[in-house]
Amino acid sequence: MNLCVNGQSRDYPTSLNVEQLLATLELNRDQVVVELNREILVADKYVDIQLKDGDTLEIIQFVGGG
Amino acid sequence: MMDKLIIAGRSFNSRLLAGTGKFASNKAMVAALENSGCEIVTVALRRVDIDNPEDSLLSHIDRERYLLLPNTSGARDAEEAVRLARLARAAGCEPWVKLEVTPDPYYLLPDPIETLKAAEILVKEGFTVLPYMPADPVLAKHLQEAGTATVMPLGSPIGSNRGVRTRDHISIIIEQATVPVIVDAGLGAPSHAAEAMEMGADAVLVNTALADTADPAAMGRAFKKGVEAGREAYLAGLGPQRDKAQASSPLTGFLRDN
Repeated sequence: MNLCVNGQSRDYPTSLNVEQLLATLELNRDQVVVELNREILVADKYVDIQLKDGDTLEIIQFVGGG
Repeated sequence: MMDKLIIAGRSFNSRLLAGTGKFASNKAMVAALENSGCEIVTVALRRVDIDNPEDSLLSHIDRERYLLLPNTSGARDAEEAVRLARLARAAGCEPWVKLEVTPDPYYLLPDPIETLKAAEILVKEGFTVLPYMPADPVLAKHLQEAGTATVMPLGSPIGSNRGVRTRDHISIIIEQATVPVIVDAGLGAPSHAAEAMEMGADAVLVNTALADTADPAAMGRAFKKGVEAGREAYLAGLGPQRDKAQASSPLTGFLRDN
């Protein structure tokens, strides 16, 4: 399965849900927000959303800013 | 104790809002925020670097103490700004947003048309919108009519430390405003913050001046004093300016006859 994650093409051998993808990337789910194909996801639904080949994800977090 | 600042029905003791960008370390940032007395801090949203994920900024900011005000920095048009605001809300922030649309990378001046467009959309979606804007009194009226919680005219370009260069227009905005006026951007010294407050601004927002110094902790304290001094002077009422001297000491006549 090929995903575009934050602009990078990445291959995964097995199917993943969003929760599993975050775990694979070692990201704390409470500290990020995820867009799947430009739709903002609700964190409660991460485990229910099975990713498909060709999906585009943006994983965003807070940084310092003025 | 200063009089309270009220934004969208919420009251704050401090009239200084602080940014969290460009600090040399999280420790320096935390010290500057603490000493500044601020209660509202701005944050930005960025892509996670998935090859090199960093500790979240949020683990260093006490959410009990500070209201997070996510900004839409990086947005070049209304659509991008709205997208960022929605992301911030989805990330668990209260629906407050510092709306910032800056298409020009050299001066980072806010786009008035796209800012107004985004403000209209975000207000309808239930956001409390604090728009960063050019110091244009007519635009300030339009934004207020759109339902923004404040107007935030710029003193000078972001990060320029040049102070209140838009003074005359900010005065008109203050005179006409029906919402709090927060002077944002370009305030490089406590005296600049004091100047804005003496003019009657309701608050100021400072980032670079706190971060880009050898001692952010001390600078946070200095800005707190500047803001408080300016507010107190405004409330007391500054004396009128005159073209000629007016003696402060009595001119007694005994030294000579005329």
